[in-house]
Amino acid sequence: MRTPKALVITGNGINTERESAHACRLAGMEADIAHMALIFSGEVQLKDYNFLYFPGGFLDGDDLGSAKAGAVRFKYGKVVKEGSKARFEDELLGLVERGGLVLGVCNGFQLMVKMGLLPFMEGKLKQSVSLSHNDSGRFEDRWVYLAVEPDSPCVFTRGAENLYYPVRHGEGKFIPSSNETLSAIEAQKLVPVRYTTPKGEITSEYPWNPNGSVNAIAGLCDPTGRLFGLMPHPEAFVHRTQHPRWTREDLPEEGLGLILYKNAAEYIRQS
Amino acid sequence: MAKRVEVAVNPELRDSRGEGCAREIEEFLHIPLEGVRTLDAFTLDFEVTDGELAALAKEVFSDPVIQVSSTGGMLGAEIFPSFDWLLEVGYLPGVTDNEGRTAKEAVEMLLERSLPHQEKVYTSVQYLIKGSSLERETVEKIAAGLLANPLIQRWRILSREEYEASGGVSPEVPRVTGVSKPIVNEIDLEVSDEELLEISKKGLLALTVGEMQAVRDFYREEQNQAKRAALGLPADKPTDVELECLAQTWSEHCKHKIFNATINYEDEGGNVEVITSIFKTYIQGATKKVREDLGEDDYCLSVFIDNAGVIAFDDDYSLCFKVETHNSPSALDPYGGALTGIVGVNRDPMGTGMGSQLIFNVDTFCFANPFHEEELPPRLLHPRRIYEGVVTGVEHGGNKSGIPTVNGTVYFDDRFLGKPLVFCGTAGLIPRTLNGGPGHNKRTKAGDLVVMAGGRIGKDGIHGATFSSEELHEGSPATAVQLGDPITQKRLYDFLLIARDRGLYSSITDNGAGGLSSSIGEMAEQTGGARLNLDRAPLKYPGLHPWEILVSESQERMSIAVPEENIDEFMALAEKMRVEAVVMGEFTDEGAFHLLYDGKTVGYLPLEFLHDGLPPMLLNAKWTPPQHEEPTFECPNDLTGELTGLLGRLNICSKESIVRRYDHEVQGGSVIKPFVGAQNDGPSDAAVNRPLLDSFEGVVTANGISPRYSDIDAYWMTALVVDEAIRNAIAVGGTLDHLAGLDNFCWCDPVESEKTPDGRYKLAQLVRSSKALYEYTTAYGVPLVSGKDSMKNDYSIGGTKISIPPTLLFSVIGKVPDIRKSVSMDAKRVGDLIYVLGKTLPELGGSEYWAAKGYTGNSVPKVDAVANKELYRALEKAIQDGLVASCHDCSDGGLGVAIAESVFSGDLGASVDLSKAPIDGVVRNDELLFSESAGRFVVTVSPEKKASFEAEMGGSAFALVGEVTEGEKLIIDGLGKERIVETGTVALKEAWQTPLAAL
Repeated sequence: MRTPKALVITGNGINTERESAHACRLAGMEADIAHMALIFSGEVQLKDYNFLYFPGGFLDGDDLGSAKAGAVRFKYGKVVKEGSKARFEDELLGLVERGGLVLGVCNGFQLMVKMGLLPFMEGKLKQSVSLSHNDSGRFEDRWVYLAVEPDSPCVFTRGAENLYYPVRHGEGKFIPSSNETLSAIEAQKLVPVRYTTPKGEITSEYPWNPNGSVNAIAGLCDPTGRLFGLMPHPEAFVHRTQHPRWTREDLPEEGLGLILYKNAAEYIRQS
Repeated sequence: MAKRVEVAVNPELRDSRGEGCAREIEEFLHIPLEGVRTLDAFTLDFEVTDGELAALAKEVFSDPVIQVSSTGGMLGAEIFPSFDWLLEVGYLPGVTDNEGRTAKEAVEMLLERSLPHQEKVYTSVQYLIKGSSLERETVEKIAAGLLANPLIQRWRILSREEYEASGGVSPEVPRVTGVSKPIVNEIDLEVSDEELLEISKKGLLALTVGEMQAVRDFYREEQNQAKRAALGLPADKPTDVELECLAQTWSEHCKHKIFNATINYEDEGGNVEVITSIFKTYIQGATKKVREDLGEDDYCLSVFIDNAGVIAFDDDYSLCFKVETHNSPSALDPYGGALTGIVGVNRDPMGTGMGSQLIFNVDTFCFANPFHEEELPPRLLHPRRIYEGVVTGVEHGGNKSGIPTVNGTVYFDDRFLGKPLVFCGTAGLIPRTLNGGPGHNKRTKAGDLVVMAGGRIGKDGIHGATFSSEELHEGSPATAVQLGDPITQKRLYDFLLIARDRGLYSSITDNGAGGLSSSIGEMAEQTGGARLNLDRAPLKYPGLHPWEILVSESQERMSIAVPEENIDEFMALAEKMRVEAVVMGEFTDEGAFHLLYDGKTVGYLPLEFLHDGLPPMLLNAKWTPPQHEEPTFECPNDLTGELTGLLGRLNICSKESIVRRYDHEVQGGSVIKPFVGAQNDGPSDAAVNRPLLDSFEGVVTANGISPRYSDIDAYWMTALVVDEAIRNAIAVGGTLDHLAGLDNFCWCDPVESEKTPDGRYKLAQLVRSSKALYEYTTAYGVPLVSGKDSMKNDYSIGGTKISIPPTLLFSVIGKVPDIRKSVSMDAKRVGDLIYVLGKTLPELGGSEYWAAKGYTGNSVPKVDAVANKELYRALEKAIQDGLVASCHDCSDGGLGVAIAESVFSGDLGASVDLSKAPIDGVVRNDELLFSESAGRFVVTVSPEKKASFEAEMGGSAFALVGEVTEGEKLIIDGLGKERIVETGTVALKEAWQTPLAAL
């Protein structure tokens, strides 16, 4: 049995590292927060972890488009390894090949998509979908309802049904490069979460679908289910007092976000 | 030769930026168009091969799925073949270009080589406009009136023919050129008083004749002359470095001259009182009294002496809070001004004590009506542009910094046309103990090195401090405008927290107004001196004169004292984290601020003179109570209609369209959010946050602002805003046991002069406001811990003068013992009992209701702190005991508005008999519904808790007035038990939500 060890990356505008690490710990993982400078300098190494977490934020201020410059940074960045330089990309793929998990939330999801790490259908880093400006043209902070795809291979959403998280983004509109890409994603059930109305119907209507995402797609996984990214913030709902209506509804102590982290921890322990 | 990459949204996809522009051009400028599409242009001012350029276009500058790119310069024609005009907007030389900076870093990553500082990427935006009937001058109007700000941007317009003929837009590089050689000038002050004033005016020094004379006299003293001669300085006259340094340090902005003036105050009865410093007497005086009263329970740790006030939080952390204004820059460039306002105030807690971790932001704006239709006086921007620019600036500054924006207000009054007010605040947590000492104290020692870290210095922001110490006039400098860079600051902040925890520095402060002259000048006071080599400062571009380096207010910079033994580790960490840091000198105990350039002394100012040489101002104030016309109208028959109308008033209606643009939940600590209730859209009274995710202790913050009451008496305005902020905090579960206040005064010039003939009255308003601040903070036992004043909020060009109404923003911060006991404002369940707490009097002077009818009146609400305190204490306990289902503050629009908001936020109805409410002298139903008496709440309580709740409220004024019903209908009966309001709550909510929904 392996101990789940999360590496939560921060720096250059990432800003949800603390609550992300907190969620990991609540789910029973060990979690370290590391500034990306320490990863590039080799002081922190991916090989010591089995869960890599790209949290939300504003990598490089979203200049050039959300997470775009960040994607260049990670794709072309070099890490110091055993005295010489290795590509960060190779370290990352090494973690994936070893059976590790990768989660990207919001800006982290945008980063994974733009690096080509999701949906990762061909098993190589190539961008095939994107996340564009919300139809509203605005950044918005509002809570959204999500339906979980029960047949998705995603290990994070196993056993989850309806979720309720906040979105906090200006660029979350899912767009595929082509209809073929979209069909392949749908056929392989790589959409673990979709926006719904409060009644649970999948929707393209604002504000329930907050950005105009095609097919109401709120998140994506890869065919192994071990790589997962989503626009809404699960780490923002791990305790009932984070729910916008906790003062008027009877809610369990634990928030609906925690299940994703618990599933990840459980998967790592079992694998 | 510069190269260009153009990038656009794939033409098959929507271009939301283009659509937004088209909409705004129609709405604002009333210019009909057939369409707008946009593209981004990147101008690369360095050598790249064609192959590299193609790779950059694909890999760095564009998203292959949703964008198209071109290096051919004519992408516009490809993506929008039918466009008629092209407008390209780029930055002026020297203006911060954040996206360009990021682009350069990404280019360096891809090319695997680093580029020298001056080789840059510049960004610009092309607007492709279709409109066959458009003339060049109309496009010019679109540029100047909406899409560009000439203070920071420049533009080019090409007709379609010109575009085709020139093969697109030729790259134009906004490099800073015409560099002058840095020089130091000497200034002769042995001139007439008029000439002294002229020197001050021309140099934007904002010093008075008396102050200029004090400077001159310093250079007349023989012992000073001898010392200066020995240092190689002109013996009997200042260098420009020295004069600028003095002007910054002595500015109203930095020195608060009016608050420290000696004032002769005459009241309405002719009684004269001499006040030696409003600040010392009423503000520091209030805190001193409260702390004495608190005795051993005093939770203040550091008040007034640092960048932010500090109070205790728990055993491990203390809490600091600061609110600033950024009014003048926001008037000239709303986006840049507000952005700089928020990232600027972030640096205050960052530079408090040994530095804090930032936990939330608050923002309050005062604007003129965004739907203003009349002609605007020269140099003023339309309030709708100010609104949009300020809201967006704060959005970018706060969101990109990863700090939740949890509380704020927007207040509308047409006098804010002259200057908008932009209040930005930030709170932080400081470890109680840090490397063996209290985290809230600085520990600079002589011999520590002066380090500047973060951004570089440019000419931006020069004279910000002196500029904001004047009214907005024709010559107001464009260099006072600048753009913030939240990401450079975030990197700096991430780095500093690590350096702090490793104990690498001994002191830290921010560079704000006055730049290095203020930050190092102030830090030098701790050790008794500093030596600063101005030539070592990293510059954005060459050619800055030494005085410019000293006073530039370029953003994102902190000044840090680093002990010599730690410097290598400090610099190595900075380099690794890509933060620029440079050693500029050292702290000394030689008693002076010593300025050098290339090893040569260019300024030497004894600290005693720099900090205490300013002669105090002598001012006169005379209070003559104004008399406003008393309303004479009869009580309207249709009070339902009146209530519906009030809910749609700008000062009452929902601000959700703004608030949703702010991330209020990042960091995971949001407990009482800005919007609550059944549909997440009811207006919270205050915010509760939980900064430590493994603890249930929390922080409450709230505010009070109500400039309208100043028209009657600034004394009661102040009493009311203090009461309102405290009341809001109590409403969500705060406690008077652990609450601290911040005062932010924004006044119109209160110094009598030719320009301000009514200065005595305006100063009397300030005196009265300060007296009330003392009275009410001491009565409630809420210590003031920090604050700021901005005293020149006037506009004066040509014959037009607009003065803002005297405004005090009172903010509170406090500790909540258990966040799980917090209460929100929305009615919860059918059958819950509705109570009114606090007494209603016929106090409609300055109310929203009378304002809607065109009256101010005179019966301003008065605050009974003794009765209120007893009530607040009782309510605090009832909330802690879990007896309260909902609690809503009652202020603008009175009981009618408070009950309506509570009920519609719960998607419920109510049946209320207001004849039962505690009243005194109320004889009309409109008074009953809309009076704005202080100290009141609308509370709902579950029926089984009725007895306990009523027992806890004890002898305070309160009454059971009705119950929550289903069916979404609001029924209110009046004084004679007659029905005065009967309507669907959905309609009320719609009236409340509509006015600003589309903005």
